Amino acid sequence: MQITKMTALELGRKIKQREISVTEAVQSSLDQIGAVDGTLNCFVTVDADGALEQAKRVQQAIDEGKLDTPLAGVPVGIKDNMCTEGLLTTCSSKILYNFKPTYTAEAVLNLQQAGAVIVGKTNMDEFAMGSTTETSAFGVTRNPWNTAHVPGGSSGGSCAAVAAGEVPYTLGSDTGGSIRQPSSFCGVTGLKPTYGTVSRYGLIAYGSSLDQIGPVAKDVSDCAAILETIASYDKKDSTSVKREDCCFTSALTDDVKGMKIGIPSDYLGAGLDEEVKQGILKAADVLKAKGAIVEEFDLSLVEYAIPAYYVIASAEASSNLSRFDGVKYGYRAAEYEGLHNMYKRSRSEGFGEEVKRRIMLGSFVLSSGYYDAYYLKALRTKALIKQAFDRAFEKYDVILGPAAPTTAPELGKSLSDPLKMYLGDIYTISVNLAGLPGMTVPCGLDSRGLPIGVQLIGDCFQEKKIIRAAYAYEQDRGAWEMAPIASQKGGI
Amino acid sequence: MANVISDETMEYVGILAKLELSDEQKEQAKKDMERMLDYIDKLNELDTSAVEPMSHVFPVNNVFREDEVTNGDDRESILKNAPAQKEGSFKVPKTVE
Repeated sequence: MQITKMTALELGRKIKQREISVTEAVQSSLDQIGAVDGTLNCFVTVDADGALEQAKRVQQAIDEGKLDTPLAGVPVGIKDNMCTEGLLTTCSSKILYNFKPTYTAEAVLNLQQAGAVIVGKTNMDEFAMGSTTETSAFGVTRNPWNTAHVPGGSSGGSCAAVAAGEVPYTLGSDTGGSIRQPSSFCGVTGLKPTYGTVSRYGLIAYGSSLDQIGPVAKDVSDCAAILETIASYDKKDSTSVKREDCCFTSALTDDVKGMKIGIPSDYLGAGLDEEVKQGILKAADVLKAKGAIVEEFDLSLVEYAIPAYYVIASAEASSNLSRFDGVKYGYRAAEYEGLHNMYKRSRSEGFGEEVKRRIMLGSFVLSSGYYDAYYLKALRTKALIKQAFDRAFEKYDVILGPAAPTTAPELGKSLSDPLKMYLGDIYTISVNLAGLPGMTVPCGLDSRGLPIGVQLIGDCFQEKKIIRAAYAYEQDRGAWEMAPIASQKGGI
Repeated sequence: MANVISDETMEYVGILAKLELSDEQKEQAKKDMERMLDYIDKLNELDTSAVEPMSHVFPVNNVFREDEVTNGDDRESILKNAPAQKEGSFKVPKTVE
């Protein structure tokens, strides 16, 4: 089997059994990047020399018996909004075009301690603001299944890289669906954990109360193993949660007998593409056939999640992004008159359109006179949405639905109408508002050959339930074919 | 009701956001924001008078810790990222006349 087609755990096992060396694994990844990334542009930065250097060190640690983890020696790509010491970290923004962090994000450190080898940093929507990876200052990423289409976003580079076999797995981040939606568009498996499970230390903040780092991989087992590795309580992140049980791989059992699964009827109504609907209902039928109790119910409040989200996320973004001012790092305007003008010019020239749009909106909703009417109103709506989920999880173990209303749109069709693009986040956004874990698993292709993903949502701290449901579904579905481009070129 | 944002408000938001927009950009930003606010006004359909604003989904309180330095002295590497530096400090345009 080609290395590029292996899951992270399969490759890890072969490395452990000395069938494949770490250098071979890393070189295979670099070769595949060399072969297809000119077309796809999944990576902002590829650190070939650094990766081969790490490979030697990890191999030595394995040989000396010091490293015995399932992911030891397996290459990984990191979304470019996570700090990596000495390695360019741009958030796909001109304003951070030359930024080399002096420390590494906690989640990435956890991976490195488990022997992961970082091959590079993946492309994204600028500051994770977008649903298509078209707002990147370093060019669009293309969907490996059809290069005329977007990979989704904001973790589009992370998801496309896995789909194209460039790396076995990546880390993404999810503020309003940024792992689950591109995973759906690219036909990969992605998991957004319960808020507080993975440390946000070193994750460049967008909407701090919503941001969570999570794995993107080829299957459910990989996602469980990666999450187990990156989850940790971290004093440096004051919203980090001390979880007693992070043994997510123990939920990889093919058993959903008696599991109660609810499908929100409000997720199946107008706006949902018929093929996507049929795809996810087929996945629900599989779980039903395996003994799960599946029924439709009314979740309610679904149409209020997007307006609440854009108030809250923009408000937090306007505050978080005030640190980019041309003083400490990144871009500074060439010409200015005095300090304040330097701030303004550096920011106006350094940020892209979508980022500026959200900073403006965020500044407005937080300004005196509008704060109560918009910001507090959104926070009250968030409380109601959380209550709606609380009621649902009194009845159901897992909520099943689509990850996005359609499959991947064509490049160039989304940015002209931002509001319409925002509406595409309708099935993912409320999960972030309520802090819940959610997962996308590929469940079919539409008539154009583009992947469809089914989303599984759990109550807070109930990752194991969605992992169990996803794994059971996957056993029936079988191994997922990779994007055609993964076999066309490169690989060993 | 359609939201109308005055030029004064746009000017003020520009100051808060520390963004300098050309007249054309300002006009576009105004339109974008008005349209977005019209959409956000949908929230007014909900009666939230008895609901407390929820800033955090879990009942978290302030997290206190001792103010201990745990990272080393990395002034040099931090300054490497600075667009301009002088004598071990970030260099900015003159602010006091």
